Amino acid sequence: MSTPVLEVRGLAYAYPDGHQALAGVDLHVHEGESVALLGPNGAGKTTLVLHLNGILTAGAGTVSVSGMPVEKDHLQEIRRRVGIVFQDPDDQLFMGTVRADVGFGPANLGLSGAALDARVMTALDLVGMADFADRPPHHLSFGQRRRVAVATVLAMEPEILVLDEPSSNLDPASRRELADILRSLDVTVLMVTHDLPYALELCPRSVVLSDGHVVADGTTYDVLTDDELMRRHRLELPFGFDPRTVAATLGLGD
Amino acid sequence: MGGAHGHLLHFHGHSAVHRAPAHLKVLALVAFMITVVATPDDWFAAFGAYLLVLVAVIGLSRVPPTYILKRMVVEVPFVLFAVLLPFVARGPRVEVLGLSLSESGLLAAFGLLATATLGVIASLTLAATTEPQALLKGLERLRLPTTLVQIMAFMIRYLSVVTDELRRMHVARVSRGFEARNPRHWPVLAKSFGALFIRSYERGERVHLAMLSRGYTGKMPL
Repeated sequence: MSTPVLEVRGLAYAYPDGHQALAGVDLHVHEGESVALLGPNGAGKTTLVLHLNGILTAGAGTVSVSGMPVEKDHLQEIRRRVGIVFQDPDDQLFMGTVRADVGFGPANLGLSGAALDARVMTALDLVGMADFADRPPHHLSFGQRRRVAVATVLAMEPEILVLDEPSSNLDPASRRELADILRSLDVTVLMVTHDLPYALELCPRSVVLSDGHVVADGTTYDVLTDDELMRRHRLELPFGFDPRTVAATLGLGD
Repeated sequence: MGGAHGHLLHFHGHSAVHRAPAHLKVLALVAFMITVVATPDDWFAAFGAYLLVLVAVIGLSRVPPTYILKRMVVEVPFVLFAVLLPFVARGPRVEVLGLSLSESGLLAAFGLLATATLGVIASLTLAATTEPQALLKGLERLRLPTTLVQIMAFMIRYLSVVTDELRRMHVARVSRGFEARNPRHWPVLAKSFGALFIRSYERGERVHLAMLSRGYTGKMPL
């Protein structure tokens, strides 16, 4: 098999206060995959995400991105390869205009002038926000800000797009629009989410993280229909949502 | 969510004052203020002339005078202090409407009021005629250290986020039956501000993480 885009081996991490957030996590994501990372609150999902681009440094174990280990010497390249979209777009968008914000990442990579501008507009086109390039981000709606946040990361042409709770706080229409955008992108995706229908819709494969361990790794359909597994790890489907009927109508699952 | 255009102090327009380069406006403001502050308190005619200059600039900018006047409330604390001066200052005293006031205090109060008023009007005029982004570019062109410009840029960006948060906290307090009416309620307000401070601090950390994740190395690339 080819080198995985993302390879996590035996990753363990304890916070300075002693809390063991990750206790030996193994995870492989291959090119072109869309993987959902599921788990109850406090399972260590965000901690894992912060290891993927070297914001946190592994206590034990290794993380590598397309074969390159996440280490101090080449953090800049790692951060280009791993694009993280954070949960609150207000944390991610801090420049005066959408254009400047989307340009922030590629400019840090050394792009300037026409090349930078082209990169910015391509990324904004991908999320359907090109018309808003010269607006200040804080004047956009929440859904629009989330889309611009995705563009800020796409502009760095990452090898893997990591999304932290992409559907949170979105109204149903914005949630669907974001799904359409994510489906249209030609990029490997790792999506941290509590929104199980969203995971079923967008990610063929799911990994369940609980108490710092990977407790399940399989097709999203199999994970969501394993009632015993779901109950044990505090995962619950929304009222009235049954993956079996959805899969039957849409031809998902087996 | 902030105003529809620009921010609270900005008045959208296309006059010559609006179009003038931001760094020139900043320089003009600084030069004007140094002149005002350096003028002795008893050169009354000079202060009148300064005021005329400001009125002319505002007229040229087409910003309605009431727009500036309404926003002059920030000066109130200075006014209170200035009003106190004639009562507390020492030296020869004069009778005004049956009150015994200090002569030097009166003059100092006039000086303080005049400089503060001119300063507030001049700053409001700059703010009303210059987009915040243009102002930042202007300061950069004046070779202000980039770290300071960055801090100001972040302040402008997050001002609306923080005031929104403050408003939501206020609504949440009111919804639970709390209304700050007397000083006994101040500890609650203090705790709210403490919580807001910590939340903003944590947001600062999250923003920093997001910046690092996009390859930030300490310099603003743009």
